[in-house]
Amino acid sequence: MNYTWNWGIFQEPSPEGVGTYADMLLSGLSWTIATALASWVIAFTLGSVIGVLRTLPSRAANAVGTAYVELFRNVPLLVQMFLWYFVLPEILPAGLGTAVKQLPDAPFYTAVLCLGFFTASRVAEQVRAGIQSLPRGQRMAGTALGFTTAQTYRHVLLPNAYRIILPPLTSEFLNNLKNTSVALTIGLLELTARARSMQEFSFQVFEAFTAATLLYLVLNLVVVAGATLLERTVAVPGGR
Amino acid sequence: MFAHFDFSVIGASLPYLFGQGMVFTVTLTALAATGGIVFGTALAMMRLSGIPGVTHAAKVYVELMRSLPLVLVIFWFYFLVPYIGAWATGSATPIQVGAFSSALITFTLFEAAYFAEIMRAGIQSIPKGQTAAASALGMSYAQTMRLVVLPQAFRNMLPLLLTQTIVLFQDTSLVYVLSLTDFLGAASKVAQRDGRLVEMYLFAALVYFAVCFTASLLVRRLQTRVAIIR
Repeated sequence: MNYTWNWGIFQEPSPEGVGTYADMLLSGLSWTIATALASWVIAFTLGSVIGVLRTLPSRAANAVGTAYVELFRNVPLLVQMFLWYFVLPEILPAGLGTAVKQLPDAPFYTAVLCLGFFTASRVAEQVRAGIQSLPRGQRMAGTALGFTTAQTYRHVLLPNAYRIILPPLTSEFLNNLKNTSVALTIGLLELTARARSMQEFSFQVFEAFTAATLLYLVLNLVVVAGATLLERTVAVPGGR
Repeated sequence: MFAHFDFSVIGASLPYLFGQGMVFTVTLTALAATGGIVFGTALAMMRLSGIPGVTHAAKVYVELMRSLPLVLVIFWFYFLVPYIGAWATGSATPIQVGAFSSALITFTLFEAAYFAEIMRAGIQSIPKGQTAAASALGMSYAQTMRLVVLPQAFRNMLPLLLTQTIVLFQDTSLVYVLSLTDFLGAASKVAQRDGRLVEMYLFAALVYFAVCFTASLLVRRLQTRVAIIR
């Protein structure tokens, strides 16, 4: 192999004029984190609603939930990204569409919406599985206590379901974090995009990608540690 | 809202979209799924082998692949494979690897990590008594795996393996970052040439949805038929 390693590259100024290559990657890292967190807010909220819809006795609610999940699960994320970014502004009313296109940081908002709606379909499946894994008696006990359906979900079913599905939700969160890299195709300057442009400017391919890889691994470890801590904090004392 | 749409652009580009794009996507999916399942099964067996170094190596590989974004892995291999090739063949300069081979290697190695986890669960789902019975019959480890454990593990895990293949089918659209002409790449090229982004991307979404939705319905039907009744 005749590849010339140069680990000092991170200290060299980047062609952007301000900061070093290391700063460039770290700025990418912060966009990755910002996108992942913002889209998770949508994914978790919407996913919970859709998941609950799929467990309600109402047939219409079920149909809506199922349609949502099937629609968002069966179209590749990249295609969804293009639909939000290129297609949506065109089919909005002309004035609104132009306003959307001129939005500063448009790739960021698009990526957040796209990932939020995409991951919501996965969160919904977990929430549904969590609620369905609870013994039937819990719902009945809620009804017997005179709870309305909403109260049964709020006070009985969801607190239990969320605790059960915390591990799969963690991996959905990690998937969402990794999926932010797909947004580089619409111009979001997240970590992978930054590593890629560092490679293009400096020709130090492997240093750039090694650094990005390590940053992703650290992010993963932090999330897993956080999830473990959360799991311990919310565990029901004396529970399983 | 559809007044300005020009759907004729879709009709005119159908031979290109399916003749080149979809053929590429399906070929890549089929080859990578086959390679991924073979390598993934090997990884699962390594991970369950109980041999200290081997178990650990397989675990590190699977965890590493699963914690990285596919896009980053695609870039890694795109630049790394020519160097590995040069090292393997003893060549002084990085060898030329076509973008297709590079993508195929990437998807095979990446998906193998996911297939490995499925196969691991499949192998672990076989009761211990069966391997014990196989040893009692005098079967070697290889024979036990080939004749007793793996056939059942594959059968139990078939729905999951197929679902993962549908995911792979969707993921192959990411070769877009290497400017390859898969189905989405073909749609995107036509879209940009004719300035018809809306029509082409909506059509691509529709085709992906139709294929994946039908496939997942078939998997669900299969699931009820192949389930081993205990």
